[in-house]
Amino acid sequence: MSGIGTGYDLSSTTYSPDGKIFQTEYAQKAVDNSSTVVGLRCKDGVVLACEKLILSKLLVEGSNRRIHNIDRHVGVAVAGLAPDGRMVANRAWDEAASYKRVYGEPIPGHVLCERVGSYVHMFNLYWSLRPYGAALLLAAYDKNGPALYAVDPSGTSLRYFGTAVGKARQAAKNEIEKLKLTELTAREAVIEAVKILYKVRDEDGKKFELDVSWVCDESGKVHQRVPAELLAEAERQAKAAMEDSDMDD
Amino acid sequence: MNRASNKIAPLAEYIFLCRSGSAPDTQIISDNVKHYLDQITAESGEEPSVEMAANLVKLINYNNKDHLVGAMLIAGWDRHGGGQVYGAPIGGTLMKEKWAIDGSGSTYIWGYCDNEFRDDMTREEAEKWVAEAIALAMTRDSSSGGSIRLITLDGTGAHHKYIQGDQVQQFVGDMPFPAGPPASLPLQGGAAGSMVVG
Repeated sequence: MSGIGTGYDLSSTTYSPDGKIFQTEYAQKAVDNSSTVVGLRCKDGVVLACEKLILSKLLVEGSNRRIHNIDRHVGVAVAGLAPDGRMVANRAWDEAASYKRVYGEPIPGHVLCERVGSYVHMFNLYWSLRPYGAALLLAAYDKNGPALYAVDPSGTSLRYFGTAVGKARQAAKNEIEKLKLTELTAREAVIEAVKILYKVRDEDGKKFELDVSWVCDESGKVHQRVPAELLAEAERQAKAAMEDSDMDD
Repeated sequence: MNRASNKIAPLAEYIFLCRSGSAPDTQIISDNVKHYLDQITAESGEEPSVEMAANLVKLINYNNKDHLVGAMLIAGWDRHGGGQVYGAPIGGTLMKEKWAIDGSGSTYIWGYCDNEFRDDMTREEAEKWVAEAIALAMTRDSSSGGSIRLITLDGTGAHHKYIQGDQVQQFVGDMPFPAGPPASLPLQGGAAGSMVVG
């Protein structure tokens, strides 16, 4: 079978003639085909929201978590291959724990993000390893304030006001650009994030669940799942917004 | 012997370590902590916090408690916490305090420090409290003496003050500071003494 990268895509230690490493690009495809994850950094915190397709009626509600706690003040949302994402999240946990043990204070977001980025990048360097097929959105609230970072399979890590990864990322980013994030509280940002997920998702009738977390002033600067009543309210508003736009059509 | 050694070691621009106990042990600890702080500063791009320096001292003290005899104080200023003082005695304890003292001479001044310390001292009052406490310790402790080094830290920088031996506060009963060598000793080149020291 011949594809775009034929001949240059068998190993992450081979460049293509136009300067790409196809294995890394293929790993990015795994992220791009996953269900959408949105991150918003607002006035007083960071919100992470994931769309989770329910793969089977036999799954217990709330299982197949895509958001992980890394430390009290840091959480990550994973897109792409779930087990790969878990490996990277565990490494982030290790880094945060060892930093706390050595330096006595919680790891700053930008230090953690760079360490995770370096770790992920390492898997793009060696023939015997494959790149992680996962991207992480990292929400941190440290002494410098709230911050949102994204680490992709190449190991690039960047800080964002708001971003999305996964299937509907482009549509989601367009919606995010319309928001005035610096004026939103975390509570308001949760509602906006859920609205975005509802709006941009494929209306294919498949059942889905949301994993939504925040770290903000209201949560005491602790990363946690948003309160059930807030999530319910957000979903209610999102559904109402969808019906409104349906009526406009 | 050296009565004027510098026992305040800089760990970072606004963080200092006061050393007591075994001199080689505390010097090595100071060098190591300075090195680790330099490393984390390079990694994070930010000035280290006082708490980080204090924790590093504690880790070395605790993980090597079988071998080290270092009683140290970590004092400094950082952007988020302001001025801070930590005590890191032998064994690996770490305690954040409003004020801390250590060393053999400290045993004589706990009462003075307890009694005279105020939460709301001005800079001048605080410097006077410190200098007087150290002077009292120098009076009673035979292992303490020489001169006083004082560093005051705030957001504007580190300000060094040196109080040389004959300027140190004296108390009732203190022997007067000698003006020169004792009268009974011959002056150099005199007939009575013929030893030449190079």
